[in-house]
Amino acid sequence: MILDVQKLHFAYNGQAILDGIDFQVQPGELLAILGPNGVGKTTLLKCINTIHRPRGGTILVEDRSVLHMSPADIALHIGYVAQQNETARLTVFDAILMGRKPHIRWRPSRHDLEIVDSAIRHLHLGDKTLRGIDQLSGGELQKVCIARALVQEPRLMLLDEPTSALDLKNQVEIMGLLRRVVDEHAIGAVMTMHDLNKAMRYADTLLLLKNGRMHSYGPTGQVTAEMIESVYGLAVEIHHINGYPVVVPIESVAEMSH
Amino acid sequence: MHFHDGRIPAEYTRYISRKISFLVLLIFLMLLSLVLAISLGAAKISMTDVVRSLLGQATTHQITAIIWNIRLPQALTSMVAGAGLAVAGATMQSILRNPLGSPFTLGISHAAAFGAALSVMVLGGGIMTSNSVGAVQITNPYLTTAAAFLFSILTSCVIIAIARLRGATPEIMVLTGVALGAFFTAGTMFLQFFADDVQLAAMVFWTFGDTARASWSELTFISLIALLVSLFFFANSWNYNAIDAGDETAKGLGVRVDRVRMLGMLLASLLTAVIISFLGIIGFVGLVVPHMVRRLIGSDHRFLLPASAVGGALLLLVSDTAARLILAPHVLPVSVLTAFMGAPVFLWLIIRGGKR
Repeated sequence: MILDVQKLHFAYNGQAILDGIDFQVQPGELLAILGPNGVGKTTLLKCINTIHRPRGGTILVEDRSVLHMSPADIALHIGYVAQQNETARLTVFDAILMGRKPHIRWRPSRHDLEIVDSAIRHLHLGDKTLRGIDQLSGGELQKVCIARALVQEPRLMLLDEPTSALDLKNQVEIMGLLRRVVDEHAIGAVMTMHDLNKAMRYADTLLLLKNGRMHSYGPTGQVTAEMIESVYGLAVEIHHINGYPVVVPIESVAEMSH
Repeated sequence: MHFHDGRIPAEYTRYISRKISFLVLLIFLMLLSLVLAISLGAAKISMTDVVRSLLGQATTHQITAIIWNIRLPQALTSMVAGAGLAVAGATMQSILRNPLGSPFTLGISHAAAFGAALSVMVLGGGIMTSNSVGAVQITNPYLTTAAAFLFSILTSCVIIAIARLRGATPEIMVLTGVALGAFFTAGTMFLQFFADDVQLAAMVFWTFGDTARASWSELTFISLIALLVSLFFFANSWNYNAIDAGDETAKGLGVRVDRVRMLGMLLASLLTAVIISFLGIIGFVGLVVPHMVRRLIGSDHRFLLPASAVGGALLLLVSDTAARLILAPHVLPVSVLTAFMGAPVFLWLIIRGGKR
């Protein structure tokens, strides 16, 4: 097992944000965390790599408690792709090379540089090697951030809304890429999402949060319209188009207010 | 993982070589300027004599005296101060994520000026004498230096205390610094209003940064601090690169962001405080040299920091030499000239646009 979260509790200013969170991630599993705005999806993600320190519960990554690991040690096991990424006058190559930081003592080795080159080619960024990351499109920048997390050679990837700022083509490309990486490398991945359709199409497991607690948790195929309705407070139907599940709201918000 | 088919791209190797060449070129320019700076002045000394004297070969007594007692310490002070201010500026711009990051942003210079003014007025450090070229001198420079240093460090301690209380975010640190800067400016104005004209002249005179103020022993002290702090910053290059990518990304890469930010800010303040307490306020170098270098070779701190150090040394040395010559026999303090020399170059770089 790659990730085992048990009885996770997080509070801020004395107010419980997350409580009683339990889930596991196996090798090759892509788990999507869903729920309304402000429900604590991002907080949960940040608890896993201790950017936020949980107040209770256990988080085991490959049977070791992250709460007893140093930040550098955690970075050797967990790659994190933040929702907000700043740019600088740094080339694509150097930006990705930064992902080797947990492995680098004083200067990058030949091996470090080779891994970066390989990742660049796997993600089809080869013609952008020396481009400044402040000159990339949103989709390209997101690929650089994912590549940076990949060259950390983590066992677990955490991604905070990896497709929220992207156009349709880039959304599909990034999700396909994540699916491929998780399968090929048999790592685990946890991502927060808003897009139910993308989540149901690409993730193996869904975790629905409501009011800081787990509402439902299970394989994507077992998600029902009732679960979604209960979490978002909106009646929906799940249809299948060409074999892909599609969530369709059956009344508009304006109609609901009457 | 399956990333075993990589090789180091030739274009990346060439790109790194270009950066190293740029650094070597800057160092060469700096050494050339050093020889030139020493040879130029009221008494002309040939460049061959300068090089021979620097290499320890025999020259006349007069030349040895001029070089080793007057021009070399001043030239080296300019270089060390320029390098130190530029490195401190480059680091602050990164950890504060603010292009205006410099000793001025955090009120450190304002606090130093206040400390000096207080020493002149209250502690009696300001009985002045006129020297032959019409400039004023402060008779108790050590007291003034100590007071300036004390208030600079006090300022950074207050910023760090507030950052510890409310979180070490760039916003909190910059806003606290701006508030403290305004506070100390008001304090200085208050003292100046009640000062007599001799004290007022001493206070204003102190703020003109002047590299001729440092003796060999002071130069050694400033150099030692500059070297140690710069090495620390250089060792943290990857941390600053990571922080540039965003605090959360940096934390995800195992960087203890708050600690790196606090320590960087404390050491940058210390370095700046040491330089300006001994020499007076020298603006512009810390703010603009890192931006110039960034436009030329990018913001990878592995190269940005050493290139800023050499660039700062070069800019201040050239400015200082110009300041000595431009209105000879009057000697201008270098702080008057740094912006004159640097601003046009900087504007040209902005207009031209940078490449990576």
